[in-house]
Amino acid sequence: MMAQIVFYPIIVQLLLAISLLFSWKWIKWQKIISNVGSVLSLGIAIWLFSTTWTEGTLTVQAGNWQAPFGISFVSDTFAATLVLLTAISGMAVSFFSVGTIMPARLKFGFLPIFHFLLLGLNGAFLTGDIFNLYVWFEIILISSFVLITLGGEKTQIEGAIKYFTLNIFASVIFLTAIAVLYGLTGSLNMADLALKVPEIQNRALVEVTAILFLIGFGIKSALFPLYFWLPASYHTPPPAVSAIFGGLLTKVGVYALIRVFTLIFVGDAFLENIILVLAFLTLFSGALGALTQNNFSKVFSYLIICHIGYMILGLGLYTEIAITGVVFYLIHDIIAKTNLFMIGGLIYRITGTYSMRDSGGLYAKYPLISLLIIIPFFSLVGVPPLSGFWAKLTLISESFKAGNYWLIAAIIFATFITLFVIARIWSEVFWKESKPLPKLQNFRYFEKLKLQKKILIVGPIVFLTLISLYIGFGAEYIQRLATRVANELMDNQQYIQAVLGFNTTN
Amino acid sequence: MELLLAILIGLLYAAGLYMMLRRSLVKLIIGLILLGNGANLLIFLLGRITKGLPPIIPEESSVFTSAYADPVPQALILTAIVISFGLQSFAIILVKRAYKVVKTDDLDQMNSTDR
Repeated sequence: MMAQIVFYPIIVQLLLAISLLFSWKWIKWQKIISNVGSVLSLGIAIWLFSTTWTEGTLTVQAGNWQAPFGISFVSDTFAATLVLLTAISGMAVSFFSVGTIMPARLKFGFLPIFHFLLLGLNGAFLTGDIFNLYVWFEIILISSFVLITLGGEKTQIEGAIKYFTLNIFASVIFLTAIAVLYGLTGSLNMADLALKVPEIQNRALVEVTAILFLIGFGIKSALFPLYFWLPASYHTPPPAVSAIFGGLLTKVGVYALIRVFTLIFVGDAFLENIILVLAFLTLFSGALGALTQNNFSKVFSYLIICHIGYMILGLGLYTEIAITGVVFYLIHDIIAKTNLFMIGGLIYRITGTYSMRDSGGLYAKYPLISLLIIIPFFSLVGVPPLSGFWAKLTLISESFKAGNYWLIAAIIFATFITLFVIARIWSEVFWKESKPLPKLQNFRYFEKLKLQKKILIVGPIVFLTLISLYIGFGAEYIQRLATRVANELMDNQQYIQAVLGFNTTN
Repeated sequence: MELLLAILIGLLYAAGLYMMLRRSLVKLIIGLILLGNGANLLIFLLGRITKGLPPIIPEESSVFTSAYADPVPQALILTAIVISFGLQSFAIILVKRAYKVVKTDDLDQMNSTDR
């Protein structure tokens, strides 16, 4: 049966992780299995995406239990797109980590845990059951805990404690929200909830539940008052780990927010206003945070927070065009942020420091690599016609239509600060005169690496930069994809019918 | 019974939050455990408590004829308990490691990554 393909991205990652566990002692094999498996899972993600694109929403009921009772797995265009993006960044990070992660960390099972993380991500995107979403979130969480602490340096442990506490707290709130929702409706299937929640008379209690979901997912996606764990922890693990965290983990929160607030809690002006205010404050506070930092890895962390604001803003506006902008931005941001942290790792490899003040002269030493790096930087700022531009244009025009000039001010302010910060990194790290390299123990500078390793480090950056360029110059196609996703999200009848109607015909 | 459980859940949440706001790492973990238990009990409570009515359909009927004990919340709690056990054991190891590396269990002194 064709619909079984929904399971494949999950199963492939599971099998990969297990086979990596079995080759625990043979690091060389682990590297090969991880890289080959990542390419394979990219192929499967493309297959799933193209099938979903041509045949519409695919659903599978696990164990053949009828839809509202069993666990549904759903691949609509939104989920399939995110699985595809996960596979793309997963592949890039897999190659990058083979090139950069220290052998000691590989020995403690970096690669198997990494694939467990991707397993959790794929599961979270494809599930159609709210409690199952919680379980996938926990799989993501526990793998990310291991990844963030692997190596056990002092900063890592300190960062991990903050990351750990707030994320578990978010899970408890999410679980509380699920409990209340189950008490209200007696159902866990998201499509079924979408039918039952609008019929509840007690709107105040529904709003409270929605706020609980907003807090739970907001902590995970680093919304305004809930983001403080992110800059404290994201710069501590190795760059490969930060890359996958920055690219995908916060976006799972955004995905869950979009899913829940377009499917279950729809059309509530009170909630939309709260989301708009949060988006506004997130844009401002993230941008201001990025201004004050000297460590460029921390600057990138604040840029994640700042740019989450764009996506939440579009969700708050809640028009079809705004959601199109959100989806476009999400697609751009996953690629750009993964790339950004890998670039941070590359700069660290070359200069041996994360401090902007202590480094310099990169352009004089490596002009080609500098030119490569400037492309993702510009697409992050949104210089036309690179990838960030189109989504921001959509969001600005929608804010204008809604007559909300404060939002336009926030978007422009955040974009301006991003440009300023990137220009500062450029002038400090690339154009300033070079300083003598600090002597570090057990550290091999980029110029002393073998050619094969150099390719493993630069290759993924080139790959993601090319995709970023494609998103910018092929904006027509991405826009068509985003429009279709937004259409499916706004008209949630399609989703409900695909999940629940499947059984009546079967 | 419902009222009693509701009060207990409120107490567990409050105590959990209070413990998390203390400065000691060990209290942080106790707080997380209390919060998790509160959430589990909340699922149990909101899944309707019915005594002595198993979810079994009589032979002559095809639907439930009376109120029944919903088995779904219990399955959910079981899953949540297993997950929280895993997380708690990880947390305990992490705290031990943190105490060894940072040489303090005072959360206020773990601020080197915030600067």
